[in-house]
Amino acid sequence: MMDWIEIGNLSDIPSRGARTVETPRGQVAVFRTADDAVFALINRCPHRGGPLSEGIVSGRLVACPLHNWVIDLESGAAVAPDEGCAERLSMRVRDGRLWMNLDRAKAASHG
Amino acid sequence: MVHLSARRRLVVIGNGMAGMRTVEELLARAPVRHAITVFGDEPHPNYNRILLSSVLAGEKTMDEIVINPRSWYEEQGIALRTGDPVMAIDRAERMVRTGSGQVVPYDDLLIATGSRPLMPPLPGIAMEGVVAFRDIADVEAMLAASRSHRRAAVIGGGLLGLEAAWGLKRLGMEVAVVHLMPTLMERQLDAEAAGLLQRDLSGRGLHFFTNAQTEAFMGSDRVTGLRLADGREIAADLVVVAIGIRPNVALAKDCGLDVNRGIVVGDDMTTSDPRIHAVGECVEHAGQVFGLVAPLWEQAKVCAARLAGDDRAVFVPPPLSTRLKITGIDVFSAGQLGAQDEADAEVVFRDAATGVYRKLVIRDNRLVGAVMVGEVGDGGWYFDQMRRGTDIGPIRDRIIFGQAFAGAGPGGADPASLPDDAQICGCNGVDKGTIVAAIRAKGLTTLEEVRAHTKASASCGQCSGSVKALLAHVTGKAVAASEAICSCTDLGHDEVREAILTRRLKSQAGVRAALGWKSEDGCAKCRPAINYYLLCAWPGEYRDESRSRFVNERLHANIQKDGTYSVVPRMWGGVTTPAELRAIADVAEKHAVPTVKLTGGQRIDLLGVRKDQLPAIWADLNAAGIVSGHAYGKALRTVKTCVGEEWCRFGTQDSTGLGILLEKALWGSWTPHKVKLAVSGCPRNCAEATIKDIGVICVEAGYDIVIGGNGGIEVRVTDPLVRVESEAEVLEYCAAFLQLYREEARYLERTAPWVERVGPASIKARLVDDAAGRKALYARFLFSQTHSQTDPWGERASGAVDAFEFKPLAVVDAS
Repeated sequence: MMDWIEIGNLSDIPSRGARTVETPRGQVAVFRTADDAVFALINRCPHRGGPLSEGIVSGRLVACPLHNWVIDLESGAAVAPDEGCAERLSMRVRDGRLWMNLDRAKAASHG
Repeated sequence: MVHLSARRRLVVIGNGMAGMRTVEELLARAPVRHAITVFGDEPHPNYNRILLSSVLAGEKTMDEIVINPRSWYEEQGIALRTGDPVMAIDRAERMVRTGSGQVVPYDDLLIATGSRPLMPPLPGIAMEGVVAFRDIADVEAMLAASRSHRRAAVIGGGLLGLEAAWGLKRLGMEVAVVHLMPTLMERQLDAEAAGLLQRDLSGRGLHFFTNAQTEAFMGSDRVTGLRLADGREIAADLVVVAIGIRPNVALAKDCGLDVNRGIVVGDDMTTSDPRIHAVGECVEHAGQVFGLVAPLWEQAKVCAARLAGDDRAVFVPPPLSTRLKITGIDVFSAGQLGAQDEADAEVVFRDAATGVYRKLVIRDNRLVGAVMVGEVGDGGWYFDQMRRGTDIGPIRDRIIFGQAFAGAGPGGADPASLPDDAQICGCNGVDKGTIVAAIRAKGLTTLEEVRAHTKASASCGQCSGSVKALLAHVTGKAVAASEAICSCTDLGHDEVREAILTRRLKSQAGVRAALGWKSEDGCAKCRPAINYYLLCAWPGEYRDESRSRFVNERLHANIQKDGTYSVVPRMWGGVTTPAELRAIADVAEKHAVPTVKLTGGQRIDLLGVRKDQLPAIWADLNAAGIVSGHAYGKALRTVKTCVGEEWCRFGTQDSTGLGILLEKALWGSWTPHKVKLAVSGCPRNCAEATIKDIGVICVEAGYDIVIGGNGGIEVRVTDPLVRVESEAEVLEYCAAFLQLYREEARYLERTAPWVERVGPASIKARLVDDAAGRKALYARFLFSQTHSQTDPWGERASGAVDAFEFKPLAVVDAS
């Protein structure tokens, strides 16, 4: 059951930055990369639960502000040597509008 | 003592690299044998022509490529004549005649007239906007064109042409490269390597026209483009011709010396007249003319030895290696490009995806050629195997993987085992012996010093690793390597900072592009560092990039383990009032702040504040006149004070007042790491000034300023800097010290390790011995402060700055 919810505009998020969305599943971080790709993760670092939305975004990575774990925005997985995974949500951008799907993302494939 | 009149008169025609290297070598061997006169065409002192591409690329200034300034000629007793060129050589009378009619007799004559760029005899070649790439005037013309014009074409896809093209691209021009042959650098690269190079350069925005014969230049006054033989036209406001060189032989020819393509010399670098020698790009030896620097150095050595009376010195052309001086593009070539007959074998390694290609040519188990693209770290090692004809039979099966895999083997590049004549720096022709001698004689300890004294690794820098290894080998100590900032670059902090200043880089993207960053976006390590360096270098010009700030500095609060924040108001000099305390108490109650705690820096910490509460708390504090304490920043934190003479029985000065004065002057400035001060009113030092970044200890006679202390992980007691008599002097010294730290310490380096690294003596020299330098630092600090003393809380409490930071994008209710 896919349920897309409109959450705002692409332009509401700073380039190389993030905004948060409060949801029944907890706080979600929505990231915008330099090339305007958008990703959403549950806003908890797999390490100690740090707010990923406050991290520095470079390329397709975000560095957690608490202990500098680096998380891959596309998969939610921590970059080696760290191990762990932040939960990922599906995002869509249509005409500059952002849509989020609160169902668990299907392609949560990582090792 | 030899009398001047007893000296042989040596006249040198040409003030270029080969001629002057010969003179230097001669002076080193026989300092008083000759009275030397040098004639130069260009109105400049002698400079390093191979670094012109670095000047164009903005990596070096003209001054930096001067080899010998005018004062050097004076010190050496050399008569330097520029602007009055030699017009004729009279061999019978043994004298030269200048354009102004002067006559200078010689006993020995050295012709080092170099070469001229080859210019095709095409219609329009003399138009404005068509230049060669040969001397300082050409570079100046190119730099000027880049400021007023947009499109450039470079004719010639060889080494020089590509360096010119890249330099122009970096200056912001659209650049087309027109090359007669099907592949680039065809004399140094095989087709595959050339293809990879072209792909890489295309990716960086250069446009290529190969198999392209230029037929005409278009335009009337100034060039507007060029037309190719196949009819294609390329628009261009600047055309650089770099298709080759032609030896300057006119003087030699006119006086009847043997001349073919160049001035014919024998193995002794002597022309057909035994009194006349020639070196450099003007000569022809065994049918060969020379364009690269390494054989020129060898000629200079031999010629100088002959002039000094050594009859055994003979010139043997050394094998050549080539590297392209384009930052981030790695190309190496030496010897044969491929198998020439059945006795030659090629070994090839290719990884097209990563752009790595390497080909070795082997004959009789000896390496005779190497072509490398992408990863060229082993180039020097291969070249050394070639030069010494090492039998590579035992490592033939793995030599393609480089030295680390093949094992150093006999005569490998472990610096200890290299012979003294092994070339370390190909760009500047520096061998191991020279480097080792300089390290020993001058007591060098850093890569930068070796670079300054020997020029080794001063050009493309690819031999930096080898030079460091040599330094470690000779000094027996690990070299304080300038460690790379992060995995996005191989450059260290100091190198990046220098580039920001000298190349006037003013944006993060500009730094990454100019310095060949490996990632387009940088990373969480380098972005904050570069942001700081740009802020420090260009106060008022560079706009702080909040996305490159760590969260604390972006939100102006300290993130805690649970994702909440702490708020620390500034309390000037640790002094407060009942009204301030009441306001803070009210804020804590109103916003239900979970914890209120005193900090070690004499102020109050409000802990457990949610991000969305921050603007309201700041607004309430602002209303009571309270501003940010920057407890979250790499910035001035606190100035801790004791009560001083106002109350204390032992106080000698107004330490509290001085602390407030300092804090009001220094707050708001960004620094490489956090900075804490303290002012104690007497040597009992109750404010613990001797473990602060800057401490002031009041005494009866004035104020002792101490620096570089730390009470953290590694406790370090301060070093004394100076004793001064007035508060104004305290302020000047403290601000100057802070500015020196801001400008020269590395990002995230506290003052304590920085002072340890550079030595307290060097800081004293800059601040105490050099009053003018101190005042200049102080002035720069004051200027920078005019752009930094705005309360960040006030800006945000009003909603004027970054309001989105404190609100969620959306709230999705359960449905």
